[in-house]
Amino acid sequence: MATETLAGTTVEVDDEGFFVDPSNWTEDMAPELASHVGVDELTEDHWTVIKFCRTDFAAKGESPTLRRVSTEAGVPTKQLFQLFPKKPAKKMSYVAGVPKPKGCV
Amino acid sequence: MKKLVVLGAGTAGTMVVNKLRPVLSDEWQITIVDQDETHYYQPGFLFIPFGVYDRRDVVKPKKRFIPAGVDLVVSEIDKVDPETATVHLAGGTTLDYDQLVIATGTHPRPDMTPGLDGSQWRKTIHDFYTLDGAVALREAIKDWKGGRMVVSVMELPFKCPVAPLEFNFLADWYFHEQGMRDDVEIIYTTPTSEAFTKPVAAKHLTGVLESKDIAVETDYYPERVDPDRKMLVSYDEREIPYDLLVVIPINMGADFVGRSGLGNELNHVPVDKYTFLSTQYDNIFALGDAADLPTSKAGSVAHFAVEMFTENFPDHIAGRPMTEKFDGHANCFIESGFGKGLLIDFNYDTEPLPGKYPLPGIGPFSLLKETEANHWGKMMFKWTYWNMLLPGRELPLEAHMSLAGKIREEVGA
Repeated sequence: MATETLAGTTVEVDDEGFFVDPSNWTEDMAPELASHVGVDELTEDHWTVIKFCRTDFAAKGESPTLRRVSTEAGVPTKQLFQLFPKKPAKKMSYVAGVPKPKGCV
Repeated sequence: MKKLVVLGAGTAGTMVVNKLRPVLSDEWQITIVDQDETHYYQPGFLFIPFGVYDRRDVVKPKKRFIPAGVDLVVSEIDKVDPETATVHLAGGTTLDYDQLVIATGTHPRPDMTPGLDGSQWRKTIHDFYTLDGAVALREAIKDWKGGRMVVSVMELPFKCPVAPLEFNFLADWYFHEQGMRDDVEIIYTTPTSEAFTKPVAAKHLTGVLESKDIAVETDYYPERVDPDRKMLVSYDEREIPYDLLVVIPINMGADFVGRSGLGNELNHVPVDKYTFLSTQYDNIFALGDAADLPTSKAGSVAHFAVEMFTENFPDHIAGRPMTEKFDGHANCFIESGFGKGLLIDFNYDTEPLPGKYPLPGIGPFSLLKETEANHWGKMMFKWTYWNMLLPGRELPLEAHMSLAGKIREEVGA
């Protein structure tokens, strides 16, 4: 299993860099994770999304879909694509330290 | 008298009453409610646009599949009041229940995407997830002179996740047969990062798409359609022009689920993924596509799920814990054209792998490989569905997925 050092703490991550144990995540790791996926600055709107991903994962045990974030956290899908370009569902989960979204087969 | 009410007489609901009636004592009254008198063989819709099946192949009266001792009520459902354990039907009739099964499926909602169901709906913009849609698309394809066909998935989850791939493969085959494949460009768009969500299957299926010269646009999440410019537009402003657009609309559970406060943001019912018991009420279950489960929305899943549910239900009503655990087993033929097909078999934890099914080493079906036997399996399934599956007869398939006969494979190996 791969490890990564973020904000001075070493954490276990999977092949694609997603946290193996989401409880290892702390807020001060988010800026560095964001920079890995091309998000250079975390604005208030980014934090709204990140915090929703955290609370929703804690409640549901699944990383939220874009539709869930838009309806429950009130951040429109269009804006999610601006905040986390190209692959918002994956990137928001990555920065928030929750598992890669399953997608549904 | 105890009352079991099943909402929805589709694949899951019909199987449930057929399985449970012989198991439950006469103390239990069983009622099943559906707004439609017709049962649709939904896997058959895929073949209609290409003239392989027509309307007659895919419809039968629902009442033919409801066993003696079960009351069928044909009515729209207004809402469920879980606090009083009452189902309100349209028109004011009510049904009270001791146990409720929601099996009202998931449905294409073209109205959820701007520009889809306007003036060009069923003219240059089509779907094949409804009988009327599949028949209209048949007419459009029959007279088509060629151009750019775009097959586009609007959002996940949607039912029968392999159907868009099959549609692409069959379109390639059909236009070859018509001698016009060189005049047709086929583009497949998907919100996922690969042609399929699971890596090993994605690798195999991407290979099949490439061999058939079908272009794939990944991470493509459509925001709207501009029917006048014949343009598909994504949330990140990627525009794809089309001559003929075939969409898999956003899928949503029944509206009454939302009105009853029992659904998630797409009106699918959150349930325990092992037992299908509602996360909110211990006398409400959701089965089949209506449930919010992390596996495929597909008839095979409904079938395996119903088998598990039938084992558990007598324990549940006797106040005992449910001991059988559903593993998310799904099993899907993927028709690939030219008389061949693939097969995938997987569950919550194990992605689709190559190998043989159902008998290890023997088959007769081959997993993740194009074979004629798989194609015949798919075509024979129509008979199996009407005559074995819906009436709840035993099929020689294990409800739990087995790793026997499967070959572990590394992506990139």
